[in-house]
Amino acid sequence: MYRYRWTTAVREGLILVVAFAILVPFYLLVNVAIKSTDEALDTSPATPAHSLSLQGFAEALAGGGLLNGMLNSLIITAGSIAALVAIGSLTAYALATTDSRWGELGYLAALIGIILPFQLGLLPTYIAMRNLHLIGTHIGMIILYTGMFMPFTVFLYAGFARGLPREYEEAAWVDGASRFQTFTRVVFPLLAPATGTVAIMNGLAIWNDFFNSLIFLSGSKIPTLTIAIYAFAGGEVSRWNVIFSGLIVAILPMLIFYLFAQRQFIQGFAGGIKS
Amino acid sequence: MAVPGWWALPGMALLLVVHYVAVGAGGVFAFTDWRGLGSFNFVGLTNFVTAFQSPTVITALWNTLFLAVSFVVLTNLFGLLLALALNRQLKARYVLRTLLFIPAVLSPLAVSYVWKVIFQYDGPLNDLVATVFGANAVQLWLGDPNWAVWAVLTVMVWTNTGIVMVIYLAGLAGVPQEIEEAAAVDGASVWARFFFVVMPQLRPTIVIATTLMLIRGLRVFDEVIALTGGGPYGASKTLSTQVWRQTFVAGRFGYGSAIALVLTLLIVMVAVPQNILTRGRSQGRVN
Repeated sequence: MYRYRWTTAVREGLILVVAFAILVPFYLLVNVAIKSTDEALDTSPATPAHSLSLQGFAEALAGGGLLNGMLNSLIITAGSIAALVAIGSLTAYALATTDSRWGELGYLAALIGIILPFQLGLLPTYIAMRNLHLIGTHIGMIILYTGMFMPFTVFLYAGFARGLPREYEEAAWVDGASRFQTFTRVVFPLLAPATGTVAIMNGLAIWNDFFNSLIFLSGSKIPTLTIAIYAFAGGEVSRWNVIFSGLIVAILPMLIFYLFAQRQFIQGFAGGIKS
Repeated sequence: MAVPGWWALPGMALLLVVHYVAVGAGGVFAFTDWRGLGSFNFVGLTNFVTAFQSPTVITALWNTLFLAVSFVVLTNLFGLLLALALNRQLKARYVLRTLLFIPAVLSPLAVSYVWKVIFQYDGPLNDLVATVFGANAVQLWLGDPNWAVWAVLTVMVWTNTGIVMVIYLAGLAGVPQEIEEAAAVDGASVWARFFFVVMPQLRPTIVIATTLMLIRGLRVFDEVIALTGGGPYGASKTLSTQVWRQTFVAGRFGYGSAIALVLTLLIVMVAVPQNILTRGRSQGRVN
């Protein structure tokens, strides 16, 4: 009964129209970005650009703010992912395999940590970080994000670790490997699918985070990409070609990454457990 | 062989400090008059009384509830429709799924600035409105207190519908095709099959998708800051923007924490029942 019939063709045509309508903002984004400032002022955003101008891109990149923000976001996101993968996998594995009842309790603490919204903890965290001189530093943000996303990471890893066969590590143990070697050489590679999800879901959330960046990094020497976007697009009101060029630069790294790893992105979200 | 349990300690310590100690301390601040410097006094429920008597906070609360509820309804409606349309047969389904998910992976802040231009008085939306409904129908979308919240809602829905679509696609993948075929053979119409066969199987998916979006909706921040900054005249403020403004801009630490506690309780009231309802269930996977 699930053959491709004429009604299917109608449905396909209809959804193509809907999809194009949904994606119109991207047409406007590119169309306006490639206009010169004069043309962008004189013509409607929907009117196709009559020639390709890089004026918008040149002006958007001139201050260097967006690229600087991108670099800071890259350092903070990469550092946080590395810490979350290293600490999270070890923590979750210990919780999932320990014979002690603390394992269950720790897992429950992670689960509740996912639900508890962080807004209420922001101010105490801010004060603690200020006293430790961690405000406005890469390492401070990495510690913050590692703590913030640890419950979700432990939850993902622990769920996966429980389903792993125990024979391999026992074999390694019998062959004389130390516990830590067994973990790094046998268990961690087995956790690879979970590591992929952990890296993508946390990386996306951290790269795009604006709320926490605004609180911990606004006015600092290391603004992230979202802070740079806020400063750039919030300050520029009239030259739409410059704004749109800057926004294209800002979203391009994630867009390219997504197009390469779209299956992993979509599977990560399909579970519907991100809070 | 079991791994020593203390291996979990560094990770658990960080988790407990950030998610329990800090949140707990925030809960205590909510009952103080602290302004960030020097000492503070416990003032009982004063902050909450002040908050609920403040027109600003009441507006923010209503906006948050309005945005969250409309957001849940619209994202789930559009997300389910797109998922049903994309489910099975279509030649372009994988390409369309990839394209329709793009808004969900981009920075909500950057996306909101794109929409800010679209909503400008001399922007593309008014061009379209003027063409279809005539020149008198154009609106000052972001500058009109009646329209500002709708503009925020539009961007929220546009950004997140792809996520809901993907969750429903996973749910639909878990509905056994044989049952639907059996119902069709027995003469059930498309609508009957949807309501009596597909929908009951989708129930856990619906719970997950609605609560996830409700929590996202209650926390709305980026879109408001980029599009309206909470304006005009405070017409599009939300609880999250108020937490940020009162605590980190105005330095009213106790008062800001009290608003954060209200927001926290709203989210917990949504999240806890969801976790109980969906415990032990697993989602289907998309391929």
